[in-house]
Amino acid sequence: MIPLLIYLAIFIGSFVLIRTGVNRLRERHDFTSLKTVTFGDESAVRPDRAASIISVLTIFLIWGAFTGSKWAPIHVPGPFAGDTQFTYTVETPDGTRDDAIVFARVHPVGENVELPQISENEGFARDDAVAVGIMRSALVVWDDNDEITRADGAKIVAIEGRAVEPGQSVDTPAGNVSVTARGTLNFSPPKGMQMEPIWLPPPETVVARVGEIAASGYQNFTLWEHLGWSLYRVIAGFVFGALVGIPLGYAMGLSGWFRGWFDPIVEFMRPVPPLALIPLVIIWAGIGETGKIILLFLAALWIMTIAARAGVSGVAIAKVHAAYSLGASKWQILRHVIVPNSLPEIFTGARVAMGVCWGTVVAAELVAAEKGAGMMIMVASRFQLTDVVIMGIILIGIIGYGIDILMRMAEKWLVPWKGRV
Amino acid sequence: MSTLCIDNISMRFDLPNGSHVQALQNVGLTLNTGELLSVLGPSGCGKTTLLNIVAGFLAPTEGQITLNGKRVSGPAAERGMVFQQGALFEWMNVRDNVSFGPRMAGQREAQWKSNVDHLLDVVGLRDFKEKSVYELSGGMQQRVALARCLANDPDVILMDEPLGALDALTREKMQGLVLKLWKETGKTIILITHSVEEALLLGERLLVMAPRPGRIHREYNLPFAEMGVGQDLRSVKRHPDFAAKREEILSMIWDMEEEIMGRSVEAGA
Repeated sequence: MIPLLIYLAIFIGSFVLIRTGVNRLRERHDFTSLKTVTFGDESAVRPDRAASIISVLTIFLIWGAFTGSKWAPIHVPGPFAGDTQFTYTVETPDGTRDDAIVFARVHPVGENVELPQISENEGFARDDAVAVGIMRSALVVWDDNDEITRADGAKIVAIEGRAVEPGQSVDTPAGNVSVTARGTLNFSPPKGMQMEPIWLPPPETVVARVGEIAASGYQNFTLWEHLGWSLYRVIAGFVFGALVGIPLGYAMGLSGWFRGWFDPIVEFMRPVPPLALIPLVIIWAGIGETGKIILLFLAALWIMTIAARAGVSGVAIAKVHAAYSLGASKWQILRHVIVPNSLPEIFTGARVAMGVCWGTVVAAELVAAEKGAGMMIMVASRFQLTDVVIMGIILIGIIGYGIDILMRMAEKWLVPWKGRV
Repeated sequence: MSTLCIDNISMRFDLPNGSHVQALQNVGLTLNTGELLSVLGPSGCGKTTLLNIVAGFLAPTEGQITLNGKRVSGPAAERGMVFQQGALFEWMNVRDNVSFGPRMAGQREAQWKSNVDHLLDVVGLRDFKEKSVYELSGGMQQRVALARCLANDPDVILMDEPLGALDALTREKMQGLVLKLWKETGKTIILITHSVEEALLLGERLLVMAPRPGRIHREYNLPFAEMGVGQDLRSVKRHPDFAAKREEILSMIWDMEEEIMGRSVEAGA
């Protein structure tokens, strides 16, 4: 909740700052900047690059601030570390009370520390010493050094002067202290607002992990092999899907028989998510490469078929008529009119198909694989290596984004007339 | 002599609700080589249907079209078509659009190059050969469409409101160009238009069609196209005969539109 509020505050704050302050300094004088109606005119809405930069920085800032990153200039309060203490009050069956102090040493998890020194104090209740890992809690068996123990009927009635019963807890300056049902104390020092690395490691750990895995590999394969295999499966599946889907889509757009024959199949298969086919594909083709490529083939096939069919139906009939009147044969019409005219639709379909394939390959590798980006994060999650999981997610995102950018560049190059007719 | 013979064609088709539409009824007409026929009529009178039948995109239910004694059964290079919106191929540049017909016929560049260059000169697009067609203005696109049609050397050119989408000034210039090309090439042309003025200016013969069912209402032989060749078209428009004819045909079409309106009002009531 708090990270969300901080995010919202940065969003609004930077908007006000950039829009009222900085934008005055970088005024533009092109045609679009003279438009007074921008709300509702999509062509006048240009992405504010400053907003993009601040957006990315904000994500890293919040990530760093809440994980205690060395890279973040500010941090939310971290967990307590160091020595602290609290007092408790013991009451014996005959009604006498005595106070004692628990000295706690909060240390990084995994380190061996000595218990804090305690001196003999007055009364039947003796001071106790305990060592607690950061963000962990520890049981304090307070009576094992006392003269009157729980077995004698002694029990804790107050902590830091506040009355308490078994099952209740008290917030003290040192941290949260609760009395268990059996009468012992459970002490948890303040956790702060930062996240434990096991939930979310700081960015520098993830970057260090990228370097480490890039250098020495993970699970018998290098990082590039993992990513390369995922990419290879996507491209192979997509290429086969396009090779079958595009001609099938053309046939469905050009012949009533093909349309009638394949319409029920395509319309049935289209809403079936490729993920739902994973079990069947594993049963039929196993968990090897063949199964994955078949799965991605099926993921790309229907999308490409429908894109090619839409491409044919998108050809203005006047162009086809014009080509016939100029003496073109059916084959020439297909080659010189229908195929080029359907390219924009096919590219749109290809971008969708690539996105779906990339998502599907990761999911398929999550289920079963020896190598691949999805397998990497799946195995890492079993060992609670959150940094590897996050690294995998970031790399998957970057590659998916990269694929889309490449497709858009290819589209711009091959279909320069898109959106201009 | 190439003669286009429209032999008493009728066209009737069923609608999904069981009724039928009589789009054309007994339309007959003979067109000799080099004649320019313009076709006028209120919307729904079947002008475009008639043109599509001549082009071979539609089959009539009765009658037939013959060109030079050969029956028309589908689209072919001998009947070129110019569409309202150019119907250019955006993935080709201007030169490839114009040379589309010859290239599809298997000609090599050496065979079509001089003719295509000449036509691009005639329509004033010599410097735009390498441009993409989507970079051109509407009037230029329509000139490319004309050149593309002429490059294929058809016997008959069918024009479906080719200047309808252009602004008034460009339209006037293009009318001059159509007249010039008509005279220079001696092609037979059928021109469909919504503009009475354009039909009078360009049509050597003028066909006024009536709707429901689509049929020939009246036919005129006109002197204005001949007068307008190589001349300022505005001086033709100032001619008293021109003004009189325009008024006559306008009121004729006006009456037809009124009648349709009246009929649909009655049907509605």
